[in-house]
Amino acid sequence: MFKSLSALFTLALMSASLPAGAQQAARYGLGRAPTPQEIAAWDIDVRPDGHGLKIGKGTVAQGQKIYDAQCASCHGTFGESNRYMPIAGGVRKDDLQTGRASMLRQSDGLRTLGTKLNYATTLWDYIFRAMPWTNPQSLSVDETYAVTAYMLHLNEIVAGDYELNEKTLLTVQMPNRNGFTTAHGLGRVNGRPDAQGSLCMKACVKEVTIASEMPEFARNQNGNLAQQKRPLGPMRGIDTARYDVGKTGTPTAPTAAASHPSDLLTRHACTSCHGMTSKIIGPGFNEIAAKYEGRADAKVYLSKKMREGGQGVWGAIPMPPQAGLKENDADTIAHWLAAGAK
Amino acid sequence: MKAMTGRVVPAPEGHLSAAQMRPSQSRRGFIRNSVTTGALAVTGSAFAQARTDPTLVPPWTRSLGAPVVTTGYGMPSKHEANVQRRQSPGLTPQPQASISFTPLQNLFGIITPSGVHFERHHSGMPEVDPEQHRLMIHGLVRRALMLTMDDVMRFPSVSRIHFIECGANGGMEWGNVAVPTVQYTHGMIACSEFTGVLLSTLLDEAGVDRAQGKFVLAEGADGSALTRTIPIEFALSDVMVVYGQNGEMLRPENGYPLRLLVPGVQGVSSVKWLRRLEVGDKPWNTREESLHYIDLLPDGMHRQYSGVQEVKSVITMPSGGQKLVGKGYYEITGLAWSGRGKVKRVDVSVDGGRDWQTARLQEPVLSKALTRFRLDWNWDGAPALLQSRAVDETGHVQPSIQQLRAVRGVRSIYHNNAVQTWRVQPDGEVWNVQVA
Repeated sequence: MFKSLSALFTLALMSASLPAGAQQAARYGLGRAPTPQEIAAWDIDVRPDGHGLKIGKGTVAQGQKIYDAQCASCHGTFGESNRYMPIAGGVRKDDLQTGRASMLRQSDGLRTLGTKLNYATTLWDYIFRAMPWTNPQSLSVDETYAVTAYMLHLNEIVAGDYELNEKTLLTVQMPNRNGFTTAHGLGRVNGRPDAQGSLCMKACVKEVTIASEMPEFARNQNGNLAQQKRPLGPMRGIDTARYDVGKTGTPTAPTAAASHPSDLLTRHACTSCHGMTSKIIGPGFNEIAAKYEGRADAKVYLSKKMREGGQGVWGAIPMPPQAGLKENDADTIAHWLAAGAK
Repeated sequence: MKAMTGRVVPAPEGHLSAAQMRPSQSRRGFIRNSVTTGALAVTGSAFAQARTDPTLVPPWTRSLGAPVVTTGYGMPSKHEANVQRRQSPGLTPQPQASISFTPLQNLFGIITPSGVHFERHHSGMPEVDPEQHRLMIHGLVRRALMLTMDDVMRFPSVSRIHFIECGANGGMEWGNVAVPTVQYTHGMIACSEFTGVLLSTLLDEAGVDRAQGKFVLAEGADGSALTRTIPIEFALSDVMVVYGQNGEMLRPENGYPLRLLVPGVQGVSSVKWLRRLEVGDKPWNTREESLHYIDLLPDGMHRQYSGVQEVKSVITMPSGGQKLVGKGYYEITGLAWSGRGKVKRVDVSVDGGRDWQTARLQEPVLSKALTRFRLDWNWDGAPALLQSRAVDETGHVQPSIQQLRAVRGVRSIYHNNAVQTWRVQPDGEVWNVQVA
């Protein structure tokens, strides 16, 4: 159980308001008051001003251990993976002084956690509430401080011996802390637009030229358009099969009811790290099947391995435990692997 | 899925001669045919006449159909299998943190069938047990509240028709065309009749501190525990806590059993699987407000808390990826909307923006809802460039892509409300283009 400053704050506010007697009566009288424990369990948000901060600490070194075990498989050993938004990269020395990531001025500037984020509290909040992706809300307060510290270190924002805690978290100076503006109309009920069209009705433009069009190789990339339009009415979908150059993308049409284990692989996000026939981060399913072919306990072993995770069998990057994977689903996948992954 | 790729041909009236299939040349011809048929009917004997050729009557007329409740909760006809939500390949690496697009090219009117409402999940779709689900309201309120679904559904309710549009709708097309059809260019929008409780009703019940409370944090119960800051001026105007959609409960992929609805504001604020509302004095700067859903400008600054979906429109028929089957009459139709209120007017151009005509608006025209527009068009077989541009009741005119880029550059990702162009080729094919 962690100590929550905001829960204490809320309790103080509630109890302070009780004896006043000026409390306006509830109109409908529905619901009940949440218990302090319920508020403490749910109220985990942390704001840049320190609202909601949890008391705890963690070092860069501690964070690296957790990161390597639970984060690197998706985000890369150095936070460099661009499969998702990269954790690290693009921060320049001057940025720490100016508070503006100069990289973002370039048309091809790297957009990473380091070049974009304004406050370290947001990184802490997000890791604590939603990461690791397949096992959210599993990290302790101290572990969250440690992983946050390590990610800041990957961006060269804090030194290798840094300890992050509820005090230092508020003092971290992010490289893009001055890179945000609310001076626009999109955040207000009566905000003013910044791009106004024309009401011209006749002879509005002299010459119309085509500036951009669908290249032929891309015309079938979203699947055959003939199958995406109802075959009734005034128009039909264009049969774009003739543009198929053999580079079909991910399947776009929904698959039939889940029956094949490959549906489970997608549903449980196994395919983010494992290819059918090739290594992505972990080994391909066919490689796993080949390795355990003929082993009597393959099904039991693989099912357990999926749920508990492991490291070393296929290399240094560990497979995190898959807590969300139900035993019968794990068994189904393990059975399919043991039978050759076909 | 069975491929259904039919061509448009005259109805397969195989029993008709070519002369019979030709449309009536004149009213006189029609009358003459009628008179002849009438004369036959009068002279024939009602009792003695044999049954006409049964092959001219379809089999479903000559047989008994299926009973009621063949499906307890009905599904579309099997002939509608092409009408599907779809992902766009390469857009996201994971289907759990992804988007599926509404098939706008196949829809009529302004209400989106719930089954094809676009989806956006950040950590997959949770299975929420409505009996265990709770909504907590706390923070700068006099009475923190813990509400069951029973409680929420006992409050006075309202039903309103509103669109939900993802802030990234059109986000793939800032720099150039990237996707072939209106499903992918504009399909992160849907419009539904929503039923629920006004957020102001719930905040008043909790005794919101109107002096200090300037923002409301909304949090989802999914694995991302997604959080968004709602400014109090929005929260107390028309924001709803919603459980009903198009007459039924919310679908699981759209937030069952409870979601927030922030009309006119980018969809991420309409937090699905809503479990917590916290009133505070400052914005939260959440991950979805500082790493995503921020608009990158040419000078490297990001616009933060950019919520409102400004005036926008698109032609859905004819549109990219479709083929016209011949010259002649077509109805150009599409959708217009504004996050700031009602659509006032829609103009349509068939020549890339040289000349414009004002389209008809289908009633009802509702605030922060889709509005259907239509224009008669006689296609002469020549190349055409179809565009629509909407004006809302605040006087805001939908900008061209050049007008938008002049202010926001091409890296903004979010809030692309530019005029869309569809090129009609002489062969009848319609393709996505941008004009300069």
